[in-house]
Amino acid sequence: MASSRLDRRGVLRLGGASAIGLLASPAILRAQDGPLVLGHLTPRTGFLGPLGDYAVMGIEMAAEQINANGGILGRQVELLMEDSVNPQTASTKADRMIQRDNVAAIIGEISSASALTIGQTVERNQTLFFNTGANSDALRGEDCKRHMFHVETQNVMYVNAEGQHFLNEGMVDGKRWYILTADYAFGHDLLAAARAFLDRNNGEIAGEDLVPTDATDFSAFMLKIREAEPDLVALNLAGTQITSFFKQYGEFGLDFPVGGFGFDTASAWAAGAQNFRGTWPNVWNHLLDIPASREFAASFTEKYGKPPENQAWGDYMALYIVKQAFEEAGGTDSAAVIEYLESSDAKFDLLKDRPGYFYPENHQLLQDIYAITALPPDEVENEWDIFTASGALLAEDQPLEDLLKDAVGGSCSFSA
Amino acid sequence: MSVFLFVSQLLNGLLDGFYYLLIALGLSLIFSLGGIVNLAHGAFFALGAYMAVLVTPYLGFFGALIVAPLMVACIGVAVERLLFTRFYRVDPLYSLLLTFGLAMVIEQALRWSFGSAPLAYDMPGLLRGQVSMGDFIYSRYRIFLIVVAVTAVALLWLLLNRTAFGRIVRAGIQNPDILGAMGISLRPYLSAVAAIAIGLAGLAGVLMAPIVPVHPAMGIEVLTAAFVVVVIGGLGSFWGVVVSALLVGLVKGFVTALGFTSWSLAAIYLLMFIVLLIRPRGLMGERILRFE
Repeated sequence: MASSRLDRRGVLRLGGASAIGLLASPAILRAQDGPLVLGHLTPRTGFLGPLGDYAVMGIEMAAEQINANGGILGRQVELLMEDSVNPQTASTKADRMIQRDNVAAIIGEISSASALTIGQTVERNQTLFFNTGANSDALRGEDCKRHMFHVETQNVMYVNAEGQHFLNEGMVDGKRWYILTADYAFGHDLLAAARAFLDRNNGEIAGEDLVPTDATDFSAFMLKIREAEPDLVALNLAGTQITSFFKQYGEFGLDFPVGGFGFDTASAWAAGAQNFRGTWPNVWNHLLDIPASREFAASFTEKYGKPPENQAWGDYMALYIVKQAFEEAGGTDSAAVIEYLESSDAKFDLLKDRPGYFYPENHQLLQDIYAITALPPDEVENEWDIFTASGALLAEDQPLEDLLKDAVGGSCSFSA
Repeated sequence: MSVFLFVSQLLNGLLDGFYYLLIALGLSLIFSLGGIVNLAHGAFFALGAYMAVLVTPYLGFFGALIVAPLMVACIGVAVERLLFTRFYRVDPLYSLLLTFGLAMVIEQALRWSFGSAPLAYDMPGLLRGQVSMGDFIYSRYRIFLIVVAVTAVALLWLLLNRTAFGRIVRAGIQNPDILGAMGISLRPYLSAVAAIAIGLAGLAGVLMAPIVPVHPAMGIEVLTAAFVVVVIGGLGSFWGVVVSALLVGLVKGFVTALGFTSWSLAAIYLLMFIVLLIRPRGLMGERILRFE
């Protein structure tokens, strides 16, 4: 058998030859029709990092499926993925993706501050950006951009949808709320919307606090809440703040109803079955009783060993939206794609009760919103299914535009 | 704002001081003896919480409370032997760089092994619920946390002040060279102190796991507060750190009680600023010849 053994040079020769072969193969592919390159930016570090991980899983899975079925416009999709880190880095990377790598569009983001800088960058370069995770109303208001489209719902939509739920439950009229708010733009936005909602519906504020983003000890708030005896504790918190709150609310044994206006399923999972409680608005969750949605959740779980978080759904969906838009517009030209997305024929299957469409005046994807309600700990069977999913919060005959009522964040005009 | 709530907030702040104490004591010990500014102390706190998540399914919470800090202490000894030992005789700036890097390595290792999403960690049923002390209602778990913290601190005090081991450590803090001239090697003592200090950080991590999110960057959140406590208390002083931890908690509680919740963290830094203006060595800082 010695004769078939490779000596060092043989290995090197073989290695060299295969490397050349590998490098050459894309060129052969390109000769027919090059891949369609898309940029993906999302935070992978910091307090939004865990959501960013889901975003990456979601879009990778969509790319795999689309490529297996012939790609977009007959071209294979190639994703350029980077950590967007912070607003400055996000815009630098977006710029580089457009200038150097010639991406057809950019997808992603979770932080509203980074989405804003990416929005400015794509507007300068006339390249499309599909925001999959940033909620700020201002991005759909005074900071809106013609080349920026929002797959993620905006804050006011959550407030209106979840508010409808609270109204149905009789938790608003004449009731007193204690509100805790994350002390940065996202929280302030939600707080303004929540105040307007309470004003409209004759609700009262029993007490309110701004919570620093790096706060981990909520004991002081627990004492205040106990003293105030509210009918509802409403949270406009973000990330690990929500987890801290849940853990310590359970620890102090408080049992006033809890709910709020902004939520990611990751926060429920991080709190755990023992501590998660209340009813929360949700853009999508893995328990929706819709066949297409169940199918997506099942294949995701099979691939990654855990069910998809709503951020995974956002980035997964965005790639399918891009596919439909490019194919219907007949190419990747931004102007043609925008014209299609703003038209009334652009309806998208979002794995939900009804198709969604982009609101032409601010490029917000109008879509159904759902709620999740915590299961009692003794009914929980595994670490993921710790809540039940509602049906669509908006009645079938209610137009989706209703969700945009009383938006804060200024008005949108696509000038300049 | 009722008088009762005001008093509750003060008391709650004071009680918070105890868990600052657990983290700050170790930080102070390592610095006093070896001159190492341990920026990785928060990372060891996070390691304690993650070890608890790992061993709780097999040993339960109370088992984890004993085993996890020991595991962290073992890691601490390894770090001391392999890394700290090279930095005892050089400018503290180098150890600052070293431990800053170490903190990043540990955090990233946790992210790789467990993912960046927070892990759920349940509180033992035995400790859930509330305790009433007259009108003041407090969380049963926090009472337990404080009892454990006070016990740990008392044991440490006994060790440092009532044993031969403690006498050598205290002498080593003041003047390691004379100790060497007397034929006593500081080496095993440095390892033991690192084990105790880092083990305490691990213990704090286990204790906090049921009430704060367990995630890779959780150490950063406690490290700053611990540093402030050490600086206010003064180096080389056991009681300085104790008084300072309680004072920091009290000031935080007081500012909260006044209704300025979002200023409660800023108040701690202001306190540090004022203390350093009046006493540059901290409240009870001793003169340590090596650092003069």
